[in-house]
Amino acid sequence: MIKVTFIEHNGTVRNVEVEEGTSLMDAAVGNLVPGIDGDCGGVSACGTCHLFIEAEWRDKVSPVEETERSMLDFVEDDGPGSRLGCQIKLTRALDGLVARTPVGQH
Amino acid sequence: MMHAANTAVPQAHENPAYAIPLDEIDVSNPEMYRDNTLWGYFERLRREDPVHYCAKSLFGPYWSVTKYKDIMQVETQPRIFSSDSRRGGVTIMDTNTAVQLPMFIQMDPPQHDEHRKSVSPIVAPENLARLEGIIRKRTGDALDALPVGKEFNWVDDVSINLTTQMLATLFDFPWEDRSKLTFWSDATLALPGDGVVDSEEHRMQIMGECAAYMTRLWNERVNADPRPDLISMMAHDERTRNMTPEEYLGNILLLIVGGNDTTRNSMTGGLLALSQSPDQYAKLCANPALVKSMIPEVIRWQTPLAHMRRTATEDTVLGGKNIAKGDKVVMWYVSGNRDEEAIANPNDFIIDRARPREHLSFGFGIHRCVGNRLAEMQLRILWEELLQRWPKPGQIKVLAEPVRVLSPMIRGYTSMRVRIDA
Repeated sequence: MIKVTFIEHNGTVRNVEVEEGTSLMDAAVGNLVPGIDGDCGGVSACGTCHLFIEAEWRDKVSPVEETERSMLDFVEDDGPGSRLGCQIKLTRALDGLVARTPVGQH
Repeated sequence: MMHAANTAVPQAHENPAYAIPLDEIDVSNPEMYRDNTLWGYFERLRREDPVHYCAKSLFGPYWSVTKYKDIMQVETQPRIFSSDSRRGGVTIMDTNTAVQLPMFIQMDPPQHDEHRKSVSPIVAPENLARLEGIIRKRTGDALDALPVGKEFNWVDDVSINLTTQMLATLFDFPWEDRSKLTFWSDATLALPGDGVVDSEEHRMQIMGECAAYMTRLWNERVNADPRPDLISMMAHDERTRNMTPEEYLGNILLLIVGGNDTTRNSMTGGLLALSQSPDQYAKLCANPALVKSMIPEVIRWQTPLAHMRRTATEDTVLGGKNIAKGDKVVMWYVSGNRDEEAIANPNDFIIDRARPREHLSFGFGIHRCVGNRLAEMQLRILWEELLQRWPKPGQIKVLAEPVRVLSPMIRGYTSMRVRIDA
């Protein structure tokens, strides 16, 4: 199992454990983490699983691909660590990852 | 009396959709939408020819993309499947002078991105939270004015009334003139001769009136302090403040149409769906918290925009078919939303689906509906307020089949007779 910590916009901290290979979006949606929707099911086509990877983990996650970039261009507060959770597969190297979630998605 | 026309697809041997040669199927025929006979044709295309070429139609030759996964392919490749108005835009009707205007839905990156970003903040989560109170108040007032115990037209008194008020709120539009917004929206997408516009010249005359009115509001607001309405936001944002008059009119029409027909027809469709599925109506009344998952299901079931169109910028292959540069490619959301390979029991209206937002009604990719969360909020508030007032299953009764719009684009209703029992 892989451990992930989600920190909500209001500071609430949630620790979840998921199977290796799960996406960060599915880890959030499957554990009812607020602020992450994942409307398109995980194919970089809706931009509703936007979150922020904490600084110390940014070099360890897979790089942003073109389709993901095109969707990130429209999300609110696109900035450092900004990613679509559906594009991050949770490998053993990401055990312990910390991500911040926004107020909501649109 | 009512029959479950939206859900029951006749058996293959008795359905006229299976009685004609495949290459003669033309799902752009507006009458199919007015008569609600489209389902069998799309079912057959999904089974036998999911990416289908129609050589002759009212709108010229076009490709139909009918399955969920193929539609997703088109949506996520905007460089190959262009939305640019100069190539034909996003509707099947390439002779419509209003929808040929430059609007960000009909732009490709990078221009599209800049325009979209200037209006997107008004529908951001924090702003929606601020709008919720006023929408709830206005919705409640409109419902309190309904004639309980008497027959009325739900489309006029609920759906059009509420969506017009919402548009006026978003534009901070003069309240007494707000019915103009609905009229301009209807005129943008009407088929000439359908009772709204007589000809393309008539349409452009109406668009001219809209442009003059909206230019006056722009001029007032560009010289005033910025405010959180759509016109002021565009007038003060550096990405949009230097738009040409055509771009301004195009974007205004896009925002009016985007916030009008779609939500209006989902407001009507939701009640129709519940009346055709009494078990779901009872389930909702027993647990009103299900409104939250019912709303995306209403939007899927209704699919208020039947299609969006793209134009191929290069020769490409889709679903095994060779599509040539310049070909018109129509993504039939109304079909993809009934694709059993993507959605379980797609012909059934089920208010507690596990992932109700996995539907195509808002589109996907860079052109996904910018107002989708606002639309959901409006519909959620409507149903919360309805159930507060009339909490019993079947208490709001649909009295006859609704009258549907003659259009292969707008899946909507011009009237639906309803009575609310005390």
